[in-house]
Amino acid sequence: MDIIIIGVLLGGAYALMAMGLQLQYGVARIMNLASGEVLVAGSFAAFWFFTGANYSPIYSIFFVAPVAFGLNWLIYKIFMRPLVKRAKSEGQLEVDSILSTFGQSFILVGLMLAIFGGKYFNYSYLERPFDILGQAYELNRIVAFLFSITLCIVLYVWLNRTRVGLTLRAVSVNPEAAGLVGIDVPNAAALAFALGGAVTAAGGALLSMFLTFDASVGVIFTMKALVIVIMGGVRDIRGTILVAFILGLLETGVATLIDPGLTLASAYLLFILTLIVRPEGIFGKRSK
Amino acid sequence: MIEDKFLTRRELAGFIIAIVALAIAAMLPVLNTGYILSLGVTIAMYTVLSTSWALFSGPTHYISLATAAFFGLGMYVVGSGIEVLPFPILAIIATCAGAVLAFLIGVATLRLSGIYFVIFTLGLAEFIRQIVTWVQTTMGTSSGLYVLINIEEKTIYWRLLCLAAFVYLIGWGINRSRLGFALRIIGNDEEVAKHSGINVALVKVLLFMISGSIAALTGALLAPRWTYIEPTIAFSPMLSFLVVIMALVGGAQRLWGPILGVIPFALVWDLITAQFPNQTALMLGIAFLLVVYAIPNGIGGQGAKYWAKFKHWRDFRVT
Repeated sequence: MDIIIIGVLLGGAYALMAMGLQLQYGVARIMNLASGEVLVAGSFAAFWFFTGANYSPIYSIFFVAPVAFGLNWLIYKIFMRPLVKRAKSEGQLEVDSILSTFGQSFILVGLMLAIFGGKYFNYSYLERPFDILGQAYELNRIVAFLFSITLCIVLYVWLNRTRVGLTLRAVSVNPEAAGLVGIDVPNAAALAFALGGAVTAAGGALLSMFLTFDASVGVIFTMKALVIVIMGGVRDIRGTILVAFILGLLETGVATLIDPGLTLASAYLLFILTLIVRPEGIFGKRSK
Repeated sequence: MIEDKFLTRRELAGFIIAIVALAIAAMLPVLNTGYILSLGVTIAMYTVLSTSWALFSGPTHYISLATAAFFGLGMYVVGSGIEVLPFPILAIIATCAGAVLAFLIGVATLRLSGIYFVIFTLGLAEFIRQIVTWVQTTMGTSSGLYVLINIEEKTIYWRLLCLAAFVYLIGWGINRSRLGFALRIIGNDEEVAKHSGINVALVKVLLFMISGSIAALTGALLAPRWTYIEPTIAFSPMLSFLVVIMALVGGAQRLWGPILGVIPFALVWDLITAQFPNQTALMLGIAFLLVVYAIPNGIGGQGAKYWAKFKHWRDFRVT
């Protein structure tokens, strides 16, 4: 029972982080390997707000998300757009964007190391017990979970009920056709990329409430987000959310029952199973 | 495509240059300074790793980040068996283990789109590291292994040079063979390759196995350099990134490309890790961006372009 509740609470934050990457990969077609670093940057911002100004991490999201949105918009316009323009094929774009976002991730790690140093960081916010079914859990995990889920729902409704959301979904299904019906594809892609970055950074701020982090931990989060997105099916948000919870449960289970050092190994196990059984993801359509 | 003559004049010239270069490189221990020799070992190591990386990733455009996994595997084979078996046999086992691992990864991911492969290899070293650490802490007592054999650094250096020569020979052989021809077609257009009856997945897996077993062998050869092996040293993800960036800086499309990246990069890297140990990530990031935006084909590709321009100017100039 313990495992299930902690797993679900963790899954909420994973869902948010994976949705960010999903927007970037599904709509903007950029496999962003710097996603984990953006997340960690969000964590650092929340940490900085909390220890420096005694600002609640929840409020800091209202600052972190818009800033991340703006910065990611710039990153897309400066770094990614030229690659999209020069790419002759989707494979070419894939290779270029992987290398470029790799570079960005290392630069971000380098900058964070230079500013904050290589130490581990955490802070205590809302570290009070909260009872669920007679068991006590840390309140910060629950608050983070509720916020993640709210953000996920808002995003989901926004994508499915508004005109801009419809545009993004159209680009994700077929960029060329979307251009033909009068959608400004470059701007839609930039919007999706920036929005994805904002969501990821917000996820980082929420995760920092109960996880210990350091400047170079980002790649682990990138891995997890990638596994979730691939497993859930690249163009489907429902799958992403579902798999995020599966991963949260699995990780918590492995960490409590076998060894806490094996969390990435469990994510990998899921990934291998997906690749062998259903490479197009749980909700993905078979393309051929 | 396949030429009648065994060696063309160009190839003969290339051979002679390569042998001379190898002979000069083999003389390095004569200088008798430990620092230069250890730098030489590093350069030889990265030359082997980057060149064998480019054998697979150059023509197929699949970015493998699994070098550290193979390297660490080779190291661990030596580390765990050194008490029982002689070193040469362990080296052979390491090579085979690398090939088997590459086969498993290849079969699981290379049938699918390239993105799966990149993601899979990205965390592979970390995944194996976690498993090894877990196995060691639950079954064994210590977290590391001792490799105590009597060996001089210059012996390691010469062994690596031999391996480098071997890698170049393999690369040259592949380029001339049907396998290399098939690879070039796959690199240009995978659909075309499929329709001309090439077993695309088989070719990719085979080549990845060659590349992986060489990386594992390199790890095995280098294991005696560290007397104490730990998972964090053997499976350091930084190694994979360095190999990729060196190969790309030099140019992964040509057999002799990676070494053009390895030598300057290894020297600069050595300087940076000594002077600014905290800024290595930043430097690596800048190098990646440079490769994508400034020199997409590497030093080798850039050089070839200017050489072609020069030849055009020489042959067609109006005097």
